[in-house]
Amino acid sequence: MDFDLSDDHALIQRTVRDFARGEIAPVAEELDRTKSFPYEIVRKLAGLQLMGIPFPEEYGGGGGDTLAYVLAVEELTRIDSSVAITLCAHTSLGTQPIWLFGSEEQKREWLPRLCAGEVLGAFGLTEPEAGSDAGNTKTRARLEDGQWVIDGAKQFITNAGTDISGVVTITAVTGGDNGQREISNLLVANGTPGYEQGEPYRKMGWNASDTRPLTFTDCRVPEDNLLGPRGAGFKQFLHVLDIGRIGVAAMGVGLAQGALDEALAYAKERRAFGQPISRFQAIQAKLADLSTEIEAARLLVYKAARLKDAGRNFTLTAAQAKLKTGRLAVRATEEAVQIHGGYGYIEEYPVCRFYRDAKILTIGEGTDEIQQMVIARALGA
Amino acid sequence: MKICVLVKEVPDAAVEKRIDHSTGRMDRSGEKNLNPFDTHAIEAAMQIKEGGAVPVEEVVAVTMGPESAVRALHKAVSLGADRSVHLSDEALAGSDVVATGYALSKTLERESPDLVLLGQQSDDGECYTIGAVVAEYLGMPSLTQVIKIDVEEGKLRCERQAEYGYDTVSVQLPAVISVGDAINEPRYPSLKAIMGAKKKPLDALAASDAGVEASRVGLDGSMVECGDFTDPPQKEPGQIIEDEDTAETVEKVVAWLEERKLI
Repeated sequence: MDFDLSDDHALIQRTVRDFARGEIAPVAEELDRTKSFPYEIVRKLAGLQLMGIPFPEEYGGGGGDTLAYVLAVEELTRIDSSVAITLCAHTSLGTQPIWLFGSEEQKREWLPRLCAGEVLGAFGLTEPEAGSDAGNTKTRARLEDGQWVIDGAKQFITNAGTDISGVVTITAVTGGDNGQREISNLLVANGTPGYEQGEPYRKMGWNASDTRPLTFTDCRVPEDNLLGPRGAGFKQFLHVLDIGRIGVAAMGVGLAQGALDEALAYAKERRAFGQPISRFQAIQAKLADLSTEIEAARLLVYKAARLKDAGRNFTLTAAQAKLKTGRLAVRATEEAVQIHGGYGYIEEYPVCRFYRDAKILTIGEGTDEIQQMVIARALGA
Repeated sequence: MKICVLVKEVPDAAVEKRIDHSTGRMDRSGEKNLNPFDTHAIEAAMQIKEGGAVPVEEVVAVTMGPESAVRALHKAVSLGADRSVHLSDEALAGSDVVATGYALSKTLERESPDLVLLGQQSDDGECYTIGAVVAEYLGMPSLTQVIKIDVEEGKLRCERQAEYGYDTVSVQLPAVISVGDAINEPRYPSLKAIMGAKKKPLDALAASDAGVEASRVGLDGSMVECGDFTDPPQKEPGQIIEDEDTAETVEKVVAWLEERKLI
């Protein structure tokens, strides 16, 4: 086993770390406070070819692997989760399905622009009554005169309502009866009549990312907008979510590491009873435990990435990584706030934002309870 | 024009700097990075190349350092250098500034550059002197702390950061110029540039390949002898003036400043 990153991976990690510190850290608080989508940062990330890291160069992608993607997401989240989820949802959920299941024509149409960051991709799975239980999807699409006519609603969708949002992949019921419903994925371009993005949600965190409900009312798209074979939607989105979990797990490690970075720096600076609080065992124990947990979680995430890159089954490891890191991020950010004392409750300190940003990681991309189901199933329980 | 950029691998800025008391040298273990000041030198080279005022055939990154320093070169070529040269030899370990400057000058002689650029200081040793030492050995003019470079016919017009303002200096090429971090905003390497970096040529040289005389480098070839290292003495705590009556406080502050002839 080799625990060292390759030179390329190390340099990607270093570059995104420097970029996040230099370009994102100075504006993260303001973007969060004003709930402003980070257009300028997305433009800069695109300039570094980071908006399509794991996709092949022939479609305009970065030509990197999953580990490169994980390292980038981790380093971004260490500084700001809103930027990280924007890139993560765009890559894992927005662009991924087109790359995996799209026809050559669909790939040629969308991938170069998505990978160049000219347009953002979104994935519309969750509905008011269907999230991980996507069999309960209510959005319907019927074929009429060579067009899919879509009616329904999606919610909690990332990246669909920005000025540069280009396309959303949605799950819709395209046939079957209630016992055996046929679910398919369809591409819907922004600007299609009948496709509307609602007002952004008032969220606990991830304030600078774009999250909205979507509605489809007599929304007509060409028959060719079907992604892959009709009725394959269920299998397709399960696979997309598997991959997506690796990205979200990388966010968990990054956020926990960011919290530790801040807590350690603060503890060395802040003095109480005549010495830096980092000299107190109670604080040291927290820092030591966090660092240990983070290192263990990181290895799990990198392993999931490595399994995927090796073409092996990664469903179990990705779910384990997602479960472990989401909980860790919540705990690490809480401890970081605790170490900051009263200052941790004030928005001038990043840990305050980190704490708000953490909770979604035990929920989004499949709740912890769903991960436990996936893991238990893989164990044969 | 051919530009060589001297680069160095240094401990990451986040790593606390420590002296290894057993060797008297800096403890350079832990995470490393390309010296941030050198990224400004590479950027300066790239801006001359891309500026088009003079054709630049090649930008070559040159370093002296252990095996791990390859990563600094890797980053340097991802930032735009066309190829790199790595001088690495056990015999070089422990070289002081003069010995290092000598070894680098021998390596540079093989390249015959028209311009040598480097960061004005390294993030670890912070000697500020390596450019001048290299220039002395190469017999080239040396400019330090340069924050602006304009290409003119056969020479460069540079602005140097001086204590009170700027010096504008015209320098004939070839020359050795160390740059400050105010000279430019270095770019970040793109993903493609990172992944293409390994395809760019890297020459690995031992001391003898570069014509470096072993007796003039390394611990034994260095004139600097390290004594004991101790922590700097604790500073006296400052004087705290409690603000009870603001007019009185201002008087106290003004009196304090006047006493020291600061106003």
